[in-house]
Amino acid sequence: MAVGLEHFLVLSAVLFAIGLYGVLAKRNAVVILMSIEIMLTAVNIAMVAFSRYGQFITGQVFVIFIMVVAAAEVAVGLALIIAIYRSKKTVDSEKFDLMKW
Amino acid sequence: MGMDIAFWILAVVSVASALAVVLTRDLFRAALFLVLCFFTVAGIYATLSADFLAGAQVLIYVGAIGVFIIFAIMLTRDSRQGSPSGRLRLPALFIGFLFLATMIFALVNTDWNVVAEVPTESTTSAIAHAIFSEDGFVLAFEIAAALMLAAIIGAIVLVRDK
Repeated sequence: MAVGLEHFLVLSAVLFAIGLYGVLAKRNAVVILMSIEIMLTAVNIAMVAFSRYGQFITGQVFVIFIMVVAAAEVAVGLALIIAIYRSKKTVDSEKFDLMKW
Repeated sequence: MGMDIAFWILAVVSVASALAVVLTRDLFRAALFLVLCFFTVAGIYATLSADFLAGAQVLIYVGAIGVFIIFAIMLTRDSRQGSPSGRLRLPALFIGFLFLATMIFALVNTDWNVVAEVPTESTTSAIAHAIFSEDGFVLAFEIAAALMLAAIIGAIVLVRDK
């Protein structure tokens, strides 16, 4: 069976599900951020696959913008984690629920 | 045929390394597996004949974000704790599988309008035309630049010593 669009989309869904599990299940804030990166990458794979098999370039332009947003998000996210670590001495997401109502 | 073999190798390695990121308890190894996952995704972009994005993936994700995450792990070292799972592990597993089953069901049962032939020319000039031509994404490009600047200044303000 030749590799087609469905293979790339299923791969993207698998990676997204793994990232979703990591975001919900892990306690270390850095690992949660890493899982979010996996989810963004999975979405990028779907975008590039649609761009390749639909023969339009807009999907790849969107991937570039997603990469920009991911880089900004990881910079601010890790800065937040380091700031929280300075004040609380932990990166365990169950120990800094100070914004929980 | 060669592309099929490449796809299967890259797919298996990327899924295995993504699983290792969320399952291993050692933070530093998780970061290294994340870098491996990003690298194999760059290979998957290459099999999709997205040459520019494969290069950008290696530069941005493997290079910049990988180094950034490893730095953050070094600065917030919690060595005895590692990366344990929280109380929500089983519901998260359930939601993950539910999402995966729904997505695969929807993907396999949709009749996609697919163009099979491989694009032959390089994508770099096509992407440049799509962004910078008259009715392109120039405004979004400028906003992305402003977003990057705001993120950099925000990160500096957040981690600066008071």
